[in-house]
Amino acid sequence: MTATSLEQPRTRPFAWCRHSLVLARRSLAKTARNPGPIINGIITPALFLVLFLYLFGGSVAGSTAEYVQYLFPGILVMGAGLAGMVSTGTAINLDLKNGVTDRFRSLPISRVAPLLGSVLADLVRYLIAVAVLFALGALLGFRAAGGFGAALAAAGLAIAFGFCLSWVTVFVGVLVRSAEVVLAIGFISFLPLQLGTSLAAPVETLPGWLRTWAEINPVSHAMDACRALLDGTPVGDSVTTTLIWCAILFVVFCPLAVRAYSRQQ
Amino acid sequence: MSEHGFETEGLAKSFGKVTALDGVSVAVPRGQVHGLLGPNGAGKTTVIRILATLLRPDSGRASVAGFDVVRQPGRVRGRIAWSGQHTSVDEELTGLANLVMIGRLLDLPRPRARLRAGELLARFGLEEAAGRPVAGYSGGMRRRLDLAASMVGHPEVVFLDEPSVGLDPGKRDELWQLIRGLRADGVTVLLTTQYLEEADALADAVTVIDHGRVIASGTPAELKRQVGGHTIVVRVDDPADTGTAAAVLADVADRTPERSSRHELVVPVAGAEDFFEITARLREHRVAVSELSLRLPSLDEVFLALTGAPGTTANDPHEPTKAA
Ligand SMILES: Nc1ncnc2c1ncn2[C@@H]1O[C@H](COP(=O)(O)OP(=O)(O)O)[C@@H](O)[C@H]1O
Ligand SMILES: [Mg+2]
Repeated sequence: MTATSLEQPRTRPFAWCRHSLVLARRSLAKTARNPGPIINGIITPALFLVLFLYLFGGSVAGSTAEYVQYLFPGILVMGAGLAGMVSTGTAINLDLKNGVTDRFRSLPISRVAPLLGSVLADLVRYLIAVAVLFALGALLGFRAAGGFGAALAAAGLAIAFGFCLSWVTVFVGVLVRSAEVVLAIGFISFLPLQLGTSLAAPVETLPGWLRTWAEINPVSHAMDACRALLDGTPVGDSVTTTLIWCAILFVVFCPLAVRAYSRQQ
Repeated sequence: MSEHGFETEGLAKSFGKVTALDGVSVAVPRGQVHGLLGPNGAGKTTVIRILATLLRPDSGRASVAGFDVVRQPGRVRGRIAWSGQHTSVDEELTGLANLVMIGRLLDLPRPRARLRAGELLARFGLEEAAGRPVAGYSGGMRRRLDLAASMVGHPEVVFLDEPSVGLDPGKRDELWQLIRGLRADGVTVLLTTQYLEEADALADAVTVIDHGRVIASGTPAELKRQVGGHTIVVRVDDPADTGTAAAVLADVADRTPERSSRHELVVPVAGAEDFFEITARLREHRVAVSELSLRLPSLDEVFLALTGAPGTTANDPHEPTKAA
């Protein structure tokens, strides 16, 4: 036994937790150094908010003051969804390509710690995105009629939905060759996924084929649920439906992503 | 505890139709530096990646510090350091942040991780660049950071895949010092290289592989003897003496010497006895020599003889392309 090997760190309990936190910190340090992606993720929903509000506010709801009440909850869901759709998927993909993942795999840490770390950091980014959007909403006249608790619940639901949806992107990020492809897939899916919803107007008012899609689209349900929570109107089964969708997305794509990530060639 | 630093037995690995390894067996005693040589595509990287638990072999067995790489990968990872053929550091983080992160992943407390990172940055001449993102580093700096990253823990076995690629000569000397230092500390090192002089200078023993098979192994000196005998090189002071010298060489070696330049003659000989005989006869004939040597083939020549390929790649900037 060499003298140096005595200095080998002992394995301590909850190592995977600590390692995930170290890697979450790394991911956040990168966001702090290069905030471009998170700013994009906030500006896109913010732009849609302002644009839709002043374009359609008058015609859809009679006034912008009333329309912001309808529009904002959907924007919130879009913000959380986008934050999750871009970050972890592309980050994991870059790590795989740059060999950083190989470095992690040669270390005595849990195989999924890098994935968990990145997703944990995403949660922080969701919080930032949601907080900024709430501030912008308030500036444009949005009031949460349902009260503070309901607003928290809506934020939580939007984040939970974004989190579960992000596992789809993580899975794609592990599978495809380049970060550009991950981004392209994100952009292409953005239109049907985020706009083919009840975002701008109730699904009942949409034309036939779009209405069929929007009624199926889980993002619609999440938007409806957040809207009802924020408005303080009856939520019906929208919250349950959203949570079921969250569970489905998570249960299917999380194991797929983890398996694809941790498999050895 | 195993007396082997690492060991493989009949290692095989295919990628689709490509057979990368076809039964590679290597055993390296603890504390030795071992060179893994072979032309491009021979399977060197594949061997290293299997030993570093990054790749699973199709068949065969490999163990590191006594632990099986497939059944006990966690134990193996706790004892090794790996630096890949292509650097694997985080481009967006600073050099310091990269090393601190790895220290933290190795369960060093934050102050210790920072201390260790500082030490390594100094050792690898990266102090000034420590606070800059890696994206702005030169290739050589990146390589050095990558090596530093693999040294954060205190490994028992170190795998270095072409570690000197991209380093300028001064920095390469430092790398050599580092590897010798590791050896002095009792660390086992496996190093792949295209620079045969590097293996010659550092390795206790080498294994030459080609097409996924071991084609030769032994100490550099053994390989040289295995491939070819000694050669005598005579360089005369006065070109007018070349004729006399050639006659002496031809007589002793029983072969016509080759004239490699205006002043220089080369002839293969049976061994040291011939050398002394030639020395004596040259003095008898009063031939003034400026150089007189008995030498084994260079590892480059060994490599060429074994694989039929030059030891360096066509796109190697340090060596002009040679026909295979
Ligand atoms: N991931 C991979 N997919 C397909 N083929 C591969 C892969 N890795 C290596 N190979 C092939 O296996 C052989 C050995 O490669 P490698 O171990 O990288 O050789 P070396 O490091 O000696 O240049 C080569 O023919 C290479 O093309
Ligand atoms: Mg290689």
